[in-house]
Amino acid sequence: MVMPRHYRGMVWRGHGGKFMEQYTVSDLKNVARNIRKKVIEMVYEAKSGHPGGSLSIADILAALYFREMNIDPLEPDDPDRDRLIMSKGHASPGLYATLALRGFFPESLLSGFRKLNSKLEGHVHRGVPGVEASTGSLGQGLGIGVGIALAAKLDKRDYRTFVILGDGEIEEGSVWESLMAGNKYRLNNLIAILDRNGVQLDGYTKDIMPLGDIGKMVESFGWKVLEIDGHDFDQIIPAIEEAKKSRDKPVFILAHTVKGKGVSYMENNPKYHGSPPANEQEFRQAMLELGGE
Amino acid sequence: MSRNSGRQCWNWEANEMASESLREAYGDELIRLGSKHRNLVVLDADLSTSTKTAEFGKAFPDRFFNMGIAEQSMVETAAGLALSGKKVFASTFAVFLTRTYEQMRQSVCYNNLDVNFVVTHAGITVGEDGATHQIVEDVGIMSGLPNMKVAVPVDSVETRSVIDYLAETGKGPYYVRLTREKFPVINDPGYEFRPGKATIVRDGNDMAIIGMGVMVSFAMQAAEQLKSRGIDARVINMSSIKPLDRNTILKAARDTGKIVTVEEHSIYNGLGSRVAETVGEGYPVPVWRLGMRDTFGKSGKSWELFDYFHMGVDDMVKFAEACFREEPRYEDFP
Repeated sequence: MVMPRHYRGMVWRGHGGKFMEQYTVSDLKNVARNIRKKVIEMVYEAKSGHPGGSLSIADILAALYFREMNIDPLEPDDPDRDRLIMSKGHASPGLYATLALRGFFPESLLSGFRKLNSKLEGHVHRGVPGVEASTGSLGQGLGIGVGIALAAKLDKRDYRTFVILGDGEIEEGSVWESLMAGNKYRLNNLIAILDRNGVQLDGYTKDIMPLGDIGKMVESFGWKVLEIDGHDFDQIIPAIEEAKKSRDKPVFILAHTVKGKGVSYMENNPKYHGSPPANEQEFRQAMLELGGE
Repeated sequence: MSRNSGRQCWNWEANEMASESLREAYGDELIRLGSKHRNLVVLDADLSTSTKTAEFGKAFPDRFFNMGIAEQSMVETAAGLALSGKKVFASTFAVFLTRTYEQMRQSVCYNNLDVNFVVTHAGITVGEDGATHQIVEDVGIMSGLPNMKVAVPVDSVETRSVIDYLAETGKGPYYVRLTREKFPVINDPGYEFRPGKATIVRDGNDMAIIGMGVMVSFAMQAAEQLKSRGIDARVINMSSIKPLDRNTILKAARDTGKIVTVEEHSIYNGLGSRVAETVGEGYPVPVWRLGMRDTFGKSGKSWELFDYFHMGVDDMVKFAEACFREEPRYEDFP
């Protein structure tokens, strides 16, 4: 089954078997809530995993996969599809949940996360439908994105490459190497999104390694920088739309987020960078706060 | 012990051996294949005039990416291009690629991508640049990576054949180890590299000398001298380190019962280790390893260094003869 691309004002939702009207902000809020609930279920079931940095990007993932990206779960290898590299590969629960909800694979498979004989590896794995590249060691996704964006230019295709970075991740020097390369090759088809949640494994980024004025630093590397609230769809959507219109510069969306967003005891708590709900009570509380059963 | 052997054996013309640059062969082959294959792209990290990818850059500027002195980003970008269906060649000096071990592991090998790392200036034949630039650990590092294949061409003919194979039918991730110096041409023009296949360059049944890179040429000279001492040595060019030609190694073990390995590389985790593992599992006979021991290189002329590290032809003859008599003294080869 071949679907027409760029169906004006409509998107292929991947389940239900038909084109539907574009997702509204209220639809997307619903999607983000479902992503967050799946994230909590997955890490609780696996008794391990990284909920904090998945919850912080749930809204951005909802906006990208359910509205802004040109993708079709029925044609995951379409050469014209938009690409997303999850450079912060520990946000695998967030990405896997999003891909399942978007129809790339059945939601029932999410319960295999981090288990033997499941494709849902602990960190983002290319064997999972919809995943473009395996990631997990920080600092490598932006360079991969540079390569994919260069290939798009060579092949004269107009797809876009999105890269989601963590703020702790940009302590890796390789990120800055790739920022230079993005500028050198004028990759206006490359959009990096920084999950600026201020928390990394060992604590707060301001204590572990102060990052300075990231916006100014990246701008000085020749990128167009857009600064937004990463939980406000009325800022996320216009920023992505603007980024898509860039003429000669790669775009860096500096998204201010809250680590663990949506679950009160996880918010801004470094402990939940890499720990699931500690017990049944914490699990129930998280699901309750997210509007689950 | 003669201290002139290095200079003598390095003088290829005097030994009636034509010598050619492996990296120039690589550069030439890239241009030829570049016009044939439109999806072939090349990356370098500010060493393209030395690795000889610069000429490809002049011929195909759209498909050449000089990533600057930023090897990590170069390897990640190579992965991104390969993910998008490109046939990627990425070059720098061997020693600098190893700083991207983890990029190679995570982004290239784990994703199992068609990225072909063709590195130059490996081993002690970097010469005067000294220890910082003379990597002798790379083959071991690369062989350990899942999905990675490793080739060490012996001469310019084999270099061309390896590059041709990679562009036409082979698939990365591949690691191809080239050198700064010219090496003698020992293969006929029609020679074809086949992964997992070693070549017997000299027959003999008293012992086997299994070599890698320029050491194969030394071994051929050593074998002539051994012959005059009544030892008929088989010389094997083990250019495909991974996959490894188990059959040829085990046959040599069965036929000769004594194996010496020679490599311009550390004997730890290099060719010698691979051969010893294979022989130990399949047909245990003594295996003695000649190469760099637990040490860094040094500044000096290439031929001086072979003598300094007891790896020249004279030392090789002495070592092989002692091994043949099963009385090698490693203290003579510190």
